[in-house]
Parts: sequence; C-alpha cells; structure tokens
Amino acid sequence: MRYFEDFAEGHTETHGPKTVTREEIIAFASEYDPQPMHLDEDAARLTMLGGLSASGWHTCVIMMRLLADGMLANSSSMGSPGIEEMRWLKPVRPGDAISVRITVLDKRESKSRPEMGLARLQIEVLNQHGEKVAHEVHTHMFGRRSA
Amino acid sequence: MRFFEDIVIGDQREIGSYTFTAPDIKTFAARFDPQPFHLDEEAAARSHFGRLAASGWHTAAVHMRLLVLHNRHLDAEMTTRGEKSAHIGPSPGFKNLKWIKPVYVGDTITYGGEIIDKRESGSRPGWGIIRGRNYGTNQNGELVFEFESAAFVEMRGK
Repeated sequence: MRYFEDFAEGHTETHGPKTVTREEIIAFASEYDPQPMHLDEDAARLTMLGGLSASGWHTCVIMMRLLADGMLANSSSMGSPGIEEMRWLKPVRPGDAISVRITVLDKRESKSRPEMGLARLQIEVLNQHGEKVAHEVHTHMFGRRSA
Repeated sequence: MRFFEDIVIGDQREIGSYTFTAPDIKTFAARFDPQPFHLDEEAAARSHFGRLAASGWHTAAVHMRLLVLHNRHLDAEMTTRGEKSAHIGPSPGFKNLKWIKPVYVGDTITYGGEIIDKRESGSRPGWGIIRGRNYGTNQNGELVFEFESAAFVEMRGK
C-alpha cells in the first residue's frame, strides 16, 4: 500500500501501453461526444483532424484508467479536487498504443485535513512513437500513513 | 453553431440536465475510473465520500454529451430558419477544472456555460477560438463542477 509519504517529489513512473481500438473510439463518442470526427471515418477526413480520432474526453479517461490501474490501485488515493490544465496536443487514432508518464511535481500536507496530503502530478500521455498526445497537471489527494 | 463573428462575450446558456443512477455510476467507473468509492456502496461508505459518488470524469463526459446534443438542436433550428450554421473544430484543451462537490446517486446535474473570450486564430486562417466557463449545479442549486474550455469555431468570412 502506498501512502502520501511514499510519493517523493520528482518521482516518475510509466504505465501502459493500452491499445485504443476503432470500436472503443466510436463507442465512447456515441455515448459522450457524438461529433463526426469521432464517429465516422469519411466525415472525419473532412474535418481539421483529418481522420477518425478519439474524443479528447476519451483520451482523458484512457489516461485515468492507466493512472488508476498503475498508480492508484494499491494506494491511499482519495481522488482529486480538479485538473489545473489538460492540453490535447495530437489526435489519438485507432490502433494507437497509449502510455502515461506520471511525475510528482510537488507535494504538501493538508492544513485543514491532517489525514490527507496533496501531490501535484504531471501526466504526459504518449503514443507508440513516443509523441506526446496530451499533457495534464492535477492535484491528487492521498491518505497519510500516520492517519 | 453560430459563426465566430456572431458569438458575443457574456452569452449564457443552459444545455440540459442529467440524473446519475447507481448502475450508470458503477458502469462508467468500471470502464474508466475503477476506484472503490466509485464502484461499491460499502467501500464508498468507508471513504471520505461517505456514499457512492460518480467519477469526476463521468460528470465531465456527460457535460460533453449534452453540449453536443444542444449544439445539434441549435443547428437544426438554424437550418429551419434557412440560416447556415458554422462548423466547430477541435479543442486545444481545458483549464481549471474543479470538482467542487461530489455527485451522488440520484443527483440531477444541470449544465450550462458562458462565453468568456474570443479571438481570431493566429495559426488557422478562417477560424476563431472561443473560450467558455462551463458549470454543473445539483438539484439544490449548489455548484458541483466547472471548467474553462476552448474550441475552434468557423468564421463567416472564411
């Protein structure tokens, strides 16, 4: 079990890859972002993205799943109060194998809730070519070992 | 979608509501955010949430769905009036997303937004970038969710 104390500033870990299929892209988009560029190859070719690509929110939850399985599963995670920034840098295409490189930027103990600490995490979302497809920074709440 | 030129800073709108059920919360969490407090009532009761709460990404994804459906409805109305509607391009990202309060089973979240900025794109002639503040409030009128969005919108003069 990893607690707040176990995540050192500057620590980096990488998780994945997870291959994203055409079916998953279309299924997510049908439910949560039904725009042509995420649903249909022919319609997508005519858009700025130039072909079928995952919804940016789909990229967010692929990142979340890799974070949850890789870093949070055996931790004292208490969730997150929000996301500082999310930059969608490149399209995620069918067949892309997505990894996350998570870096602890800084951390502090909570003043109001002594059972908890806050770690600021940077997540670089990478494809199989090592290209950064998204960049994210958020604060993550972890329970403290002493709590 | 209205063309970039017709979008006014300060414009506000409500885009729809959604009620989060337990099966829906668990299904989303099992696929995308499998943390115990989003998956299981008993584990949630032992957590700081106190009871089953939706993944924050679920709250955000439902916003996107309602936004797309709302825009589609507006486009249909424009077509009926004989007006041309603008294409909307991809988004470069978002900032300052805040999960202010948990979304619990049975909560009905009403989503809306406001245009906070617009500018012509430097890199893509014929397109502008609009920025918005988007939010969700629960059935008690409490703000539970907000973020600042950005998106490319086609210019009339293209």
